[in-house]
Amino acid sequence: MEYVFRILRCDPMKDEHPYFQDFSYETEEKKSMLEALMDIRNEQDCTLAFRYSCREAICGSCGMVINGKFDLACRTMVDSLKSSVIVIEPLPNLEIQKDLAVDMEPFFEAVRRIEPYLFSEGKIPEKGHRIEDREMDKIFQYVNCILCGCCYSACPVVARDERCLGPAALAKLFRFVKDPRDKRPFSNWSRVNTETGLWGCDTVFKCNEVCPKDVRPADGIEALRRKLVVEKIKRIFRKER
Amino acid sequence: MLSQDILVVGGGLAGLAAALASDPQLKVAVISKVHPLRSHSVAAQGGINAALGNSPDGQDDTWEKHAFDTIKGSDYLADQDIAELMCEKAISTIYELEHLGVPFSRFPGGVIAQRPFGGAGFPRTCYAADRTGLVILHTLFEQSVRRKVKFFNEWLVTKLAVKDGKCLGVVVYDLATGDIFPIKARAVIFATGGYGRVYLRTTNAFINHGSGIGIAYRAGVPLKDMEFVQFHPTSLYDTNILITEGARGEGGYLVNNKGKRFMEDYAPSAMELAPRDIVARAIQTEIEKGNGFEDQYVHLDLRHLEEKKIKKRLPGIREICINFAGIDPIDAPIPIQPAQHYSMGGIDVNAQCASVVEGFYAAGECACMSIHGANRLGGNSLLDTVVFGKTAGEEASHAVKGGKGSKDAERFLLDEALEVKKKIEEWGKKDSGEKVHRLLNRLKVIMSEKVDMFRNKKDLSAALDEISELRGDYGRVLISGKCLRYSQELVNIIEFDSMLDLAEVITLGALNREETRGSHFREDFQDRNDKDWLKHTLVTLKDGKPHINFKEVNITKYEPKARKY
Ligand SMILES: Cc1cc2nc3c(=O)[nH]c(=O)nc-3n(C[C@H](O)[C@H](O)[C@H](O)COP(=O)(O)OP(=O)(O)OC[C@H]3O[C@@H](n4cnc5c(N)ncnc54)[C@H](O)[C@@H]3O)c2cc1C
Repeated sequence: MEYVFRILRCDPMKDEHPYFQDFSYETEEKKSMLEALMDIRNEQDCTLAFRYSCREAICGSCGMVINGKFDLACRTMVDSLKSSVIVIEPLPNLEIQKDLAVDMEPFFEAVRRIEPYLFSEGKIPEKGHRIEDREMDKIFQYVNCILCGCCYSACPVVARDERCLGPAALAKLFRFVKDPRDKRPFSNWSRVNTETGLWGCDTVFKCNEVCPKDVRPADGIEALRRKLVVEKIKRIFRKER
Repeated sequence: MLSQDILVVGGGLAGLAAALASDPQLKVAVISKVHPLRSHSVAAQGGINAALGNSPDGQDDTWEKHAFDTIKGSDYLADQDIAELMCEKAISTIYELEHLGVPFSRFPGGVIAQRPFGGAGFPRTCYAADRTGLVILHTLFEQSVRRKVKFFNEWLVTKLAVKDGKCLGVVVYDLATGDIFPIKARAVIFATGGYGRVYLRTTNAFINHGSGIGIAYRAGVPLKDMEFVQFHPTSLYDTNILITEGARGEGGYLVNNKGKRFMEDYAPSAMELAPRDIVARAIQTEIEKGNGFEDQYVHLDLRHLEEKKIKKRLPGIREICINFAGIDPIDAPIPIQPAQHYSMGGIDVNAQCASVVEGFYAAGECACMSIHGANRLGGNSLLDTVVFGKTAGEEASHAVKGGKGSKDAERFLLDEALEVKKKIEEWGKKDSGEKVHRLLNRLKVIMSEKVDMFRNKKDLSAALDEISELRGDYGRVLISGKCLRYSQELVNIIEFDSMLDLAEVITLGALNREETRGSHFREDFQDRNDKDWLKHTLVTLKDGKPHINFKEVNITKYEPKARKY
């Protein structure tokens, strides 16, 4: 098969605007988009920049927009696109560093803001914590997040207001709040009780749609909202008593 | 000049464990050529070993039995004192990881679940479904966020600066800016992982070029037991993405084209759960005997485990099969073939993770402390990275606090960086020459054809000649894309230098070792020979040439016996 790869190029050090460049690409084998990009880089233009590592959809390096769809290049098969012209763009909502490599720092900064670690208390229990598997099952969906940033860059709320935390960070916060071992004070996690946090979400579920790992971050956001409301009510009653 | 007390190179499990264990009063930074979460550790699937005795079938398990299995699995090449050290520390390490946030899967009653793995006497492998690497790496990363560990991401270390037997720092290439500069450090810890991409078929990430091991070798640090290369029995046919041993641990069968569970001919009592070297050779033998499919693969059949168990315990494997092979293991057997997976050998370090160069440490897959000997057991590498990453951080901290800095270090480091810069300029000036990806491909073909699972003198000698020819061609390598920012081409050119060294050392060790032990199988010497070869191979670069030495194996109480499974 013969394809045209229409790749958005940009070197911010010299280009004023990004532009599309066409590469022709021929392959008879079943190849992933990542392999195809590597072939194009190796054979046609070694300055073509993009990130990758594991090639098995677990490291989260190669999120991009392929024919309008957010996905990891490594798990997208070229022939599955059913199109001879393939348009490839970097993740939006993030600044281009070079070609398909974007600056992920704002995304990671959002993650850092939710205090993304277990608040475990006290000494390590001698034979470990006792937690039933069904408790672990409740967080496993969110534990599967690989922090690829697809949801963040697809989120219309983040696009509107870059101060927003975005889906991945909030879903991660829910993962911790829901963890029976986590003892973070309510005052800590309720800091997301803001318009740029929990209430920024428009519930258009773009994040659920684009997540390559089926994390469904919006489920976490909604659950966290419910939990926050319940906690607030509990607190009001406690005060009254 | 950027200056650190401790510089950790590598953001995988070993690197993060080292950074977290370093004294917080010291100036510590982690350098990694990719963001830490993109490190290959994230792909680990099956689990991490510790004799917790949580399984109903494993209540009699002890760390001593874990040590014995490790040593037997190593074909008695492990240093027994160090294997014991790791297995003893394993138990507290798991509870510590759990307390930091690792969401392990559970048994009824709420204790950490454990599954059977190859070469282990008891179900001993703790797991989080089949995404154990993901959850542990993310947890350690989360802890480094909490501790505000300093990261320099997308910096490639190109050189270790060693003067008069002392490590003074490193030279790096910063991908974002294209700059080359030195970093001064009082201690450097390498946690740079394995070199799987020296082979055509490997389960390793695309980025696993193993340059850290090569850089240490160039700086005069000996490499140990490099001829021991692990081939994993079950990688997905064609893409060679790993299908975890946990799939067999959960009860999966290996079946040939006659519908036979052929492991009964090779390891009648352990069957599919014999150690990896044995299972991998069995599969390859079946394929070569014509008992495979398309002469390329055999089947790993999980269908009898049924939907519920597959979805619960092996969701990642199912996802991989669907995404990358278009099959669902609930309905169809998985086509699998052996592929390079792990490096038992590496940078020679002692129980403190220290090398012969003062101030230079190594931990994780790039290091060889001689725990895994001639064959590593599944689930022991994650353990090794976390246990000894921590040791490296602690030991480097002690050393830095006790020692003093060197004068003249900066001058020396600047010269070292200048040398790297000059080389890059030369590569950049050329209009014609060799392209690095072609060289890389040639190297992979040599290693896969001649330094693979089955080895012999003729092939190994031919491989050495071809590697040296390739080195000649590398002299004509050029940078074809002239922009040095985010130049993966430049990364590859720099790392290829190391890959040539690694290929040479692996092959030389394999040629020299005239016996069969663990993963190292010589068609022309098919028996283990303890009389002459119960010893470690050490290869050191002297005057630009590899020199071979040997080191004794430390035996505590487990007398070498024939391995039977
Ligand atoms: C698919 C797969 C599954 C596995 N599953 C298991 C399992 O279930 N259980 C188990 O025990 N083991 C498993 N293993 C083995 C285990 O995962 C690895 O051995 C281990 O994770 C290696 O960790 P590490 O920290 O040493 O290296 P890595 O995680 O590979 O990290 C290396 C780091 O070094 C950096 N780096 C490398 N070179 C340079 C350089 N020159 N300059 C700057 N940075 C550099 C990289 O960016 C990276 O951050 C598996 C391996 C594979 C391939």
